[in-house]
Amino acid sequence: MRLMNIKPNGQARFYLAALPFILLAIAYFVGSGMRLSENPNDKLLPALPTMAQAVKHMAFEIDPRTGTDLMLSDTIASLGRLISALAISTSAALLFGIVIGLLPGANAMLSSFVGVMSMVPPLALLPILFIVMGLGENSKVALIVIGTLPCMIRDLSMKVLELPREQLIKAQTLGASTWQVALRVVLPQIAPRLIDSLRLQIGPAWLFVIAAEAIASDSGLGYRIFLVRRYLAMDVIIPYVFWITLLAFLMDAALNLLQRKMFPWFASVRAG
Amino acid sequence: MSAVRFDNVWKEYGDHIVLERITLDVASRAFIVLVGPSGCGKTTFLRMLLGEEAPTRGQILIDGVPLKPEPDADRGVVFQRYSVFPHLTVLQNVVLGRELQLAKFTSRLFGAARRAAVDEAMALLAEVGLAGHEAKYPASLSGGMQQRLALAQAVMRGPKILLLDEPFGALDPGIRADIHVLMKRLWNETDLTVVMVTHDLSEAFRLATRVIAFERNRDRPEERERYGATISRDLEVFPRRAAEVRNLSAKRSGRDDPAEKGA
Repeated sequence: MRLMNIKPNGQARFYLAALPFILLAIAYFVGSGMRLSENPNDKLLPALPTMAQAVKHMAFEIDPRTGTDLMLSDTIASLGRLISALAISTSAALLFGIVIGLLPGANAMLSSFVGVMSMVPPLALLPILFIVMGLGENSKVALIVIGTLPCMIRDLSMKVLELPREQLIKAQTLGASTWQVALRVVLPQIAPRLIDSLRLQIGPAWLFVIAAEAIASDSGLGYRIFLVRRYLAMDVIIPYVFWITLLAFLMDAALNLLQRKMFPWFASVRAG
Repeated sequence: MSAVRFDNVWKEYGDHIVLERITLDVASRAFIVLVGPSGCGKTTFLRMLLGEEAPTRGQILIDGVPLKPEPDADRGVVFQRYSVFPHLTVLQNVVLGRELQLAKFTSRLFGAARRAAVDEAMALLAEVGLAGHEAKYPASLSGGMQQRLALAQAVMRGPKILLLDEPFGALDPGIRADIHVLMKRLWNETDLTVVMVTHDLSEAFRLATRVIAFERNRDRPEERERYGATISRDLEVFPRRAAEVRNLSAKRSGRDDPAEKGA
């Protein structure tokens, strides 16, 4: 039988999916064991108990110097920046995406502008943001918005343009005004696609929040890993990276679930 | 219920002439079917009547008034595909027309107005044979049922003219025969002038009061660009058909201009 026709069943799929994770873990612990057996003070690949100890210290004990739970306060700081920025990006992308996609005049005026803006490397703007907006929260949120918004606008305006012409004509023959077409035809059909777009932007959003925190901040997950880097504290950095990945994964899964629950009609449209 | 007049209409895309010298009078309450080979401008003709495209030359008049260059509620339409909204249930698809008509800002009806619209939509759904499917999304309906829904949705808004762009082309023969019966009944019972495009000749003669054939008179490769298609045959169907006197209550017509209802 051809390789392309061999389909794993449910259980085999589960094990196949788990395999790369298991291999990565094995590779890490073998490497870690080898290095630690040569030099027990090696900091590069810490053993599991060392990392557990560090996590316990960071996450389950109050830091005596600041009087807070460091991992919790870092998480709250980073998520606050990330979520407020994504909320701004999402609502602005929805507005501009619909306007650009639906109104030919707005398309003529804005689509090339947005196209050029989406090519500006956001991190190159970070110094400007720090100079103009200071080192506070605003510049970090602004970086994430600048980094994610143009792509989302482009994506959504294209999704609006991809709606079948027949549907827009049909709505007009039912007497719909431009506003009514936007409200009853375009918006509800773009909403599930907005969730797709947002899911794709979660990765870049984390990149920008960590970059901004690494450069100028006094809290946040990115701030912490760049701070402890000075002490080669891999036992903190690795659990933090794991935690950030888990948070991003959970956000993605939650959006996926939200899409399926809120828009039951969408799966068959996408498949069709 | 409206008379349509095409007055020496031409349609060109740049140098390419698609239709030329189209002059046509369509009587009110007629059922016109346009036939012709593919690429002969049938759909372009329909799009001009829809207001989606403007004629390059000449003009289109409805009851003597020049056509507005955009689609509106005077002209309902059913396309071959994508005629219903995938994000709305069957019932919501039909109620939508009334919501768009009565609630200009929110596009949603509440209370008594909503109940009236829902009752009307349910009656219409029963008439097109979709009773019991109100809560489904269009994707879970068969092709024939989707087109029935599209017809109900268009008729709900009470258009004067119903345009059909190969609406039954993708359906199985048996289902097509059923929907022909429905189509005839809707034409008889509502206040419609129907213009339909098809390339199925038997369908054309089964439904129409008048069959109009489009053809390119000059079809050599070097002539194709500069000569458009024109009306080559204009056949009245015998025995002569006419729409029956309306026997539905006037409230079916959701028109904005109730004064014309008696016309």
